[in-house]
Amino acid sequence: MNCKGVVRELSNYIDGDLDLAMKQELERHLGHCEDCTIIVDQTKKTVEFFCDSEPVALPSDVRARLHEALHRKMQEKLG
Amino acid sequence: MLVAAAKSGDGTAFEELVNRYERKIFRLTMNITGNREDAEDAMQDAFLKSYAHLQSFQGESRFYTWLVRIAANEALMRLRKRRPNQFSLDEPVEGEDDLMPREFEAWGPSPEQRYAQTEMQEILNDVIEKLETDFRTVFVLRDVEELSTEETAQALGISVPAVKSRLLRARLKLRQKLNQYFRKGESN
Repeated sequence: MNCKGVVRELSNYIDGDLDLAMKQELERHLGHCEDCTIIVDQTKKTVEFFCDSEPVALPSDVRARLHEALHRKMQEKLG
Repeated sequence: MLVAAAKSGDGTAFEELVNRYERKIFRLTMNITGNREDAEDAMQDAFLKSYAHLQSFQGESRFYTWLVRIAANEALMRLRKRRPNQFSLDEPVEGEDDLMPREFEAWGPSPEQRYAQTEMQEILNDVIEKLETDFRTVFVLRDVEELSTEETAQALGISVPAVKSRLLRARLKLRQKLNQYFRKGESN
């Protein structure tokens, strides 16, 4: 596998979707290609940063409006 | 079970579901629209619509996935109105020529330790906001909200290969954008 192949399979590799033979081939390439190792590691990290990001705090006024609208809707349904 | 109770007309149960997911749904609509007013409207309408159509939720998917699909559609609708020219979710998938990364610099000491949590969050918000809509939407559903590739394709009405292609590009572009903050020797 060459560098282009690694980039093409990068997402599948990160997501654990590669079959064993392909995974081993990719990892053999990583064993001697510093550039691809950097790309794989940093892309993995990038996904982790976003995956671990906390949901934004819901501002109290936004939350109050949401729940008011919901209560109105519930009343309509009941009425 | 909350969803079953809500379906049978228990308003308190539905409100409990709202309490459980409101922050995540607001994060989703903020990430897609990049606009606080639109994000708020999209979130509110998503919850109201899910309440109104709760009977049509069959339980084949997770409730959260169903809700995310509704919220993503609400957010995308507002985004189309605000930026009609930037929107091309149903356009053909691009070629491979522009895929190859060009910067291979190592990142400095662990970015999580280098930046305080709020600073880190600002950086993430900044880079994701600058990502093109098509890529951002797929990335947000797959990597932030953790929908599967198939669920993402279904939510956006695009094919599985299109999701995969856009996800790869989104990840590579975000790495590239984060590089300017995290590379060795870059001062914060």
